Amino acid sequence: MASSGSGYDLSPTTFSPDGRIFQVEYASKSVASSGTLIGLKCSDGIVLACEKLLANKMLVPGSNKRINTVSKTSGCAFTGFVSDGRQIVNRAREEASSYLDTYGIPVPPSVLADRLAHYVHYFTLHGALRPFGASMVLGCYEEDMDEASLYMVEPSGQVFKYFGCAAGKGRQGAKTEIEKLDLSTLTVAQGVKEAARIVTMLRDDGKDKPMELEISTVAAENNYVHKPCEKSVIAEAEKWAKEQIEEEEDMEEDED
Amino acid sequence: MSTLSFSLDPTAAQTTPSQRTQYPIVTGTSVVGLKYKGGVMLAADTLCSYGSMAKYKDARRIRTVGTNTIIGASGEYSDFQSIMDTLEGHTQDDVNYDDGHKSDAKSIHSYLRAIMYQRRSKMNPLWNDLVIAGSGFLGYVDKIGTTYEDDFIATGFGSYLAIPILRSKWRPDLTEGEARALLEDCLRVLFYRDCRALNRIQIAKVAEGETGVVSEPYELETNWEGAGFESTKGGMEGDGGW
Repeated sequence: MASSGSGYDLSPTTFSPDGRIFQVEYASKSVASSGTLIGLKCSDGIVLACEKLLANKMLVPGSNKRINTVSKTSGCAFTGFVSDGRQIVNRAREEASSYLDTYGIPVPPSVLADRLAHYVHYFTLHGALRPFGASMVLGCYEEDMDEASLYMVEPSGQVFKYFGCAAGKGRQGAKTEIEKLDLSTLTVAQGVKEAARIVTMLRDDGKDKPMELEISTVAAENNYVHKPCEKSVIAEAEKWAKEQIEEEEDMEEDED
Repeated sequence: MSTLSFSLDPTAAQTTPSQRTQYPIVTGTSVVGLKYKGGVMLAADTLCSYGSMAKYKDARRIRTVGTNTIIGASGEYSDFQSIMDTLEGHTQDDVNYDDGHKSDAKSIHSYLRAIMYQRRSKMNPLWNDLVIAGSGFLGYVDKIGTTYEDDFIATGFGSYLAIPILRSKWRPDLTEGEARALLEDCLRVLFYRDCRALNRIQIAKVAEGETGVVSEPYELETNWEGAGFESTKGGMEGDGGW
């Protein structure tokens, strides 16, 4: 063992001497290098937006979705390993439908988020298992509060409730941009555009792979039904986003 | 000596055969449905009886599945609720797949056929006669898995009292209003003669190219002054009709 900490990264069952679990950190790394994902809690609902990096130009548009419906009034978006993400989506769907079967009411977002976190966390405890290489953002309507709420589950099994959250490559920049928004007055309709702007803005067109933007909403105007946005709505949001970004760049040039 | 019909000793041989549903408990009566020009319509009252007692007077027996299909149910109400839970689960699965596919009335009818037949073959039927309607489709499935499609369908007492009316009055070019009036006539006769029927009804339709809608319950006008209701029967004096 050359330096302190080496040799402790082969299994999530063992802490390193300075108290870290390297396998979990590596899992988070694989999320950190994949497409940007953001979630916004607007005044009248939730917006989820995801940058789907296209591995191949021959892909059929709309394939390999990263935003999925979980139940009538909840949806989720993930980034990281797509196959790992899908596993969490399946689990979310099972939890949602079994809760509905058992108790006759939709699963409360806090319960769903909690159960997913337990599921993900379980994979960080066993030598025979590998942590999930995906982060999951949940947008879900809460009947008791009559509002939608936003949660993010991370590969470590941590879960928090957010006003705005981000994961993936552009998360730092995205968080900075989200903090500039007034989420208490921002509507879902505006949120869709802002989300498109933030995701587009953080891209490096020279270096980044081509992408497809996915957006969905859990909005009051749709009775809080989770709905992936129509292609035309996304195209319009992207157009608006590009105009905004160009305007900003022009202003910066003028200042120089 | 124990009188229990089951044994507390799990290793003991069963003394009586296990028994499944042999009769319904809380039941709804007839459902009547017909095709008309431009759509399909169903009607049923909102009564659920506990034996001969009129127990629940706001039991909605016609419901939508997804957006394009409506189902009306006679028979055991809890079995109907269970069937609807299952179908709603399938509808959500369709939404989750997110490929634009939706199950239509024809496939739901076929699915229910399979379920009803499987259950009766296990000697444990779902005690319902169902009428399934969707765009251009009107079908029937009963508790033993029999199916048919027709231009008009009635379950339960309706197959005796509503079918003769429909045979003489139904036309393929009925307008929506005529269709509704005809169904109301059928349910009115059923209310007069079927002791498990109620004059509080719901009408539902799936019009071509539109989503299914179920009306709020409303009351039928009735008239009990007909000679048949006023004359005494069986030599009993002064007790009304019979």
